[in-house]
Amino acid sequence: MIPRHQTVLFIFLLAASIIMGVLLWNQLRRAHDRLLRGEDSAPTQAPLVTPAEQATLMVANDADNTVQPRILSLPLPQNPEARAQAILGKLLDLYAAPDAAHAVPGGASSIAQVFLVPIADAKGSVMANGPQLAVVNLTGAFVAGHPSGLETESLTVLSICSTLNANLPRVTQVRFLVDGQPRVTLAGHADLTRTYLTNENATADVGAHP
Amino acid sequence: MRWIEVMWRESSDSGASSSFALRTAGQITTGSHNRRGWFRAMAALLAITASGPIFAQSPPAAPRFVVVLDAAHGGDDTGARLGGEAEKAYTLALSIRLRSLLMARGFAVVTTRESDATLEPDSRAQIANHANAQACISLHAAESGSGVHLFVSSLAPVQDARFLPWKTAQAAWIMRSLSFAGVVNSALSHATVPVTLGRTALPAIDSMSCAAVAIEVAPERSTDAQGPASLDDPDYQARVANALAAALVEWRSQAREDREQ
Repeated sequence: MIPRHQTVLFIFLLAASIIMGVLLWNQLRRAHDRLLRGEDSAPTQAPLVTPAEQATLMVANDADNTVQPRILSLPLPQNPEARAQAILGKLLDLYAAPDAAHAVPGGASSIAQVFLVPIADAKGSVMANGPQLAVVNLTGAFVAGHPSGLETESLTVLSICSTLNANLPRVTQVRFLVDGQPRVTLAGHADLTRTYLTNENATADVGAHP
Repeated sequence: MRWIEVMWRESSDSGASSSFALRTAGQITTGSHNRRGWFRAMAALLAITASGPIFAQSPPAAPRFVVVLDAAHGGDDTGARLGGEAEKAYTLALSIRLRSLLMARGFAVVTTRESDATLEPDSRAQIANHANAQACISLHAAESGSGVHLFVSSLAPVQDARFLPWKTAQAAWIMRSLSFAGVVNSALSHATVPVTLGRTALPAIDSMSCAAVAIEVAPERSTDAQGPASLDDPDYQARVANALAAALVEWRSQAREDREQ
């Protein structure tokens, strides 16, 4: 014979277990719903902070020693220096691709900075929309990994100068730094101490610099 | 021609006095002067000058045609890696091979290096400019691309001037260098060697005061870039070297024609 108080306790505990099970199942469903709502609100695409624009990349080809234009649609910042860095970064991304016709490792991170400096005229005055000198600061890792060769180095320099001129017409001269310091050659051949012109003869020199 | 030969024989017992004979012939060479040899050479010159018929009947000697071969890199500067070989070794071997071919054809050849020595670009240009050369070739090699890459300095041409900035001396020779590149291009094409033309900024040739080109030898690949291609192919090396020698022979004959006109 089961005592009465034990029967009451059993019924009470059973009811409490059922109530707790219902509460837990309800909490689990609510948590699941909350999780799903959270996933829905998570960003699934990178925000486009700048509109896509057309950029002309002068892409080098080792096979025929040429530089050919290629027009791409890219999100570009409005700041000219950031714009130049983004365009050159895309150019070097193409060279870092496995099937590149001008294979150079490094990619976009190889362009540390691009500085645009106004060029004074013969009288020493600077015009608001006058010509600019672009100073391209390359990373040491890019230069260390660049293949050595007269053709490949010349094409890299030529394509950078031509690309800058195609997208920033005010840039008429280009100089190169590596990790912020002058360097004699890119990888043993192409002269990096010179100032390059970006007009029709993109590699013409305007004078040696000590 | 004869009076030069006589002078040379008269002074051949002294190596130092030979430089005087070459200077008399219109060539600029370096060398120390030996007083005894100098007097003997002067005496020989007077003796030959006094014998009018000999001098009058002998045509003036043709100036030596000097070619400078610059084997790129060397020493600590190994250049590009070409399979298991360094670029400096390949360019030196090509320079020596080409020198032999040119000397057999009567050229006076000056090389910037004959061994695995470190040489700065300014030193290379200094050697070329002291040689008073009619043609300068900077030899390079690479694994990328195909055939021979033929480059001329990218300096903008300027009018010839008495004094030229050292780092841009080649600017006064750009038009001559472009003509020379055309002759080399024709010779290589005639030898069925693929050629690509370009302009470059190379410190060594930018300071040279002569018709100068830079030649980068790459493996000879088919148009679809398939199949084995190697710089070590003896037939390919021979074709390139012979084509360069043929180009210099043509360049010399053009120079002589220009001088006669």
